Amino acid sequence: MEVAQTKPADHLDVLKIREQFPILSQKPYGKPLVYLDNAATTQKPIAVINKIVEYYSGYNSNIHRGVHFLSQQASAAFDNVRKQVAQYIHAKDEREIVFTKGTTDGINLVAYCYGSRFIKPGDEVIVSQMEHHSNIVPWQLMCEQRGAVLKVIPINENGELIWEEFIKLLSPKTRLVSVVYISNSLGTINPVKKIIAEAHKFNVPVLLDAAQAMAHMPIDVQDLDCDFLAFSGHKMYGPTGVGCLYGKASWLEEMPPYQGGGDMISSVSFEKTTYNEIPYKFEAGTPHIEGVIALGAALDFLQSLDMNKVKAHEEELVNYAMKQLSSIEGLRLIGTAAQKAGVVSFVLEGINSLDAGMMLDTMGIAVRTGQHCTEPVMLCYKVKGTIRASFAVYNTMAEVDALTDGVKRVIKMLK
Amino acid sequence: MMEAESIQQIQEDIVSDFDLFDDWTEKYQYIIELGQQLEAFPENLKTEENKIKGCQSSVWMVPENNNGLVFYKADSDSSIVKGLAAMLVKIFSGQKPETVANAELFFIDRMGLSQHLAPTRVNGLAAMVKQMKLYALAFNNI
Repeated sequence: MEVAQTKPADHLDVLKIREQFPILSQKPYGKPLVYLDNAATTQKPIAVINKIVEYYSGYNSNIHRGVHFLSQQASAAFDNVRKQVAQYIHAKDEREIVFTKGTTDGINLVAYCYGSRFIKPGDEVIVSQMEHHSNIVPWQLMCEQRGAVLKVIPINENGELIWEEFIKLLSPKTRLVSVVYISNSLGTINPVKKIIAEAHKFNVPVLLDAAQAMAHMPIDVQDLDCDFLAFSGHKMYGPTGVGCLYGKASWLEEMPPYQGGGDMISSVSFEKTTYNEIPYKFEAGTPHIEGVIALGAALDFLQSLDMNKVKAHEEELVNYAMKQLSSIEGLRLIGTAAQKAGVVSFVLEGINSLDAGMMLDTMGIAVRTGQHCTEPVMLCYKVKGTIRASFAVYNTMAEVDALTDGVKRVIKMLK
Repeated sequence: MMEAESIQQIQEDIVSDFDLFDDWTEKYQYIIELGQQLEAFPENLKTEENKIKGCQSSVWMVPENNNGLVFYKADSDSSIVKGLAAMLVKIFSGQKPETVANAELFFIDRMGLSQHLAPTRVNGLAAMVKQMKLYALAFNNI
């Protein structure tokens, strides 16, 4: 089977893009790799891999402290990425970009810092039923500590938020809304701009979990008018262990620090310690320097693409996969929202999802099986788990065909 | 009733059958087919009590003592796990309880399954072996 034959619509040269990803030529069990687990983590272009090597072999040094040549070089490279991120997501000011370990870390930061400053007993925080555990548990922890209440926007059978229910939940008690931009288990694109506008009528800030959105569409935080936005480097062609939290400067300035340590202070004495300015007051300790620098290379990669073409290409992949898979008898799609990106989730009647995932793996097809860290979603659909194929810019229509053929074979073997 | 072939020999046979397949899809298909050949498991025995603890998938296992030899029945909601259980049933059924209790299993490693299975399934397999040995010990002490 040739995996990279087709040149999809809108003239995105997928073959050329694939050449930039060395791992895609791997052959698990001697079969061409069909990597459809991009919602878990995307593969990395050679420029990102090289950037890490360049950093360690060229200018590895701690930042913001040393006066020496290497430290200045590393600091400049690090600081540049903050500017680059700010520009990429259209933040007003680079001070609004906090480097984190990833989306989870960013959400925890807001839950802790915003929570301790603004949330009192009886206050309410709204999340949705389709959240990843990382946008549920930090709020549960915070609500428990502060005596606040977590409210949940339910979803309909297509995997879309029920708008009327959201409106009903918003009240003068609401202190924050935290929702996912694109669901990792259903692929639903939420109407976040509308949600933000509605919440702002109550002066309620909104956090967006953009982990699944960054690689798939252009992001403009000013246009969205979100108050916070968290994302991970490794789901957008960058390295693991690094991510960003965008926060409007007015909020970040009001929030107390998260963790104490180096870089986050302006002066320390046992009588009184004063904190550094934003964003540094949220970045205690030596950061993930090479991670941030390589994240810059991932942004370069994304900027080298036309994101609207990327979006069109991935839509085509998702639509084709939905069409091909839904024609298979005994296959039920989980998540059929009108607005979808990146993800196709399904179950096979009478077949254990993990079994199916293992059999697909033996064919070189990498998918994710299980609950995808979204147990409440699985409960809603009354399934133990799903098989999830998730797409990236380098995937091809031929790979969708490989998946469809693989699923048909699996059904034959396991029925 | 005659005692079955030695545990050693049955394992050797399974490993050499498995080695006939080059392709991992076919290797798994072989395991799945072993599961499909298992004797039907009575629905009324699919109780919480007969479930193996420590398996992510549901696995039911019941022992039977027949003329001093131990026999097992097993089922699972996962076809692959059922196949794994079938191999264990094949190895342990018809043996003396003390033979089962003291048996050393090498077929999993020799088949290359320990590197290949998800860690949760390796643990599940260990839980099945442990439960089968516990049943055998219980018979031995009667």
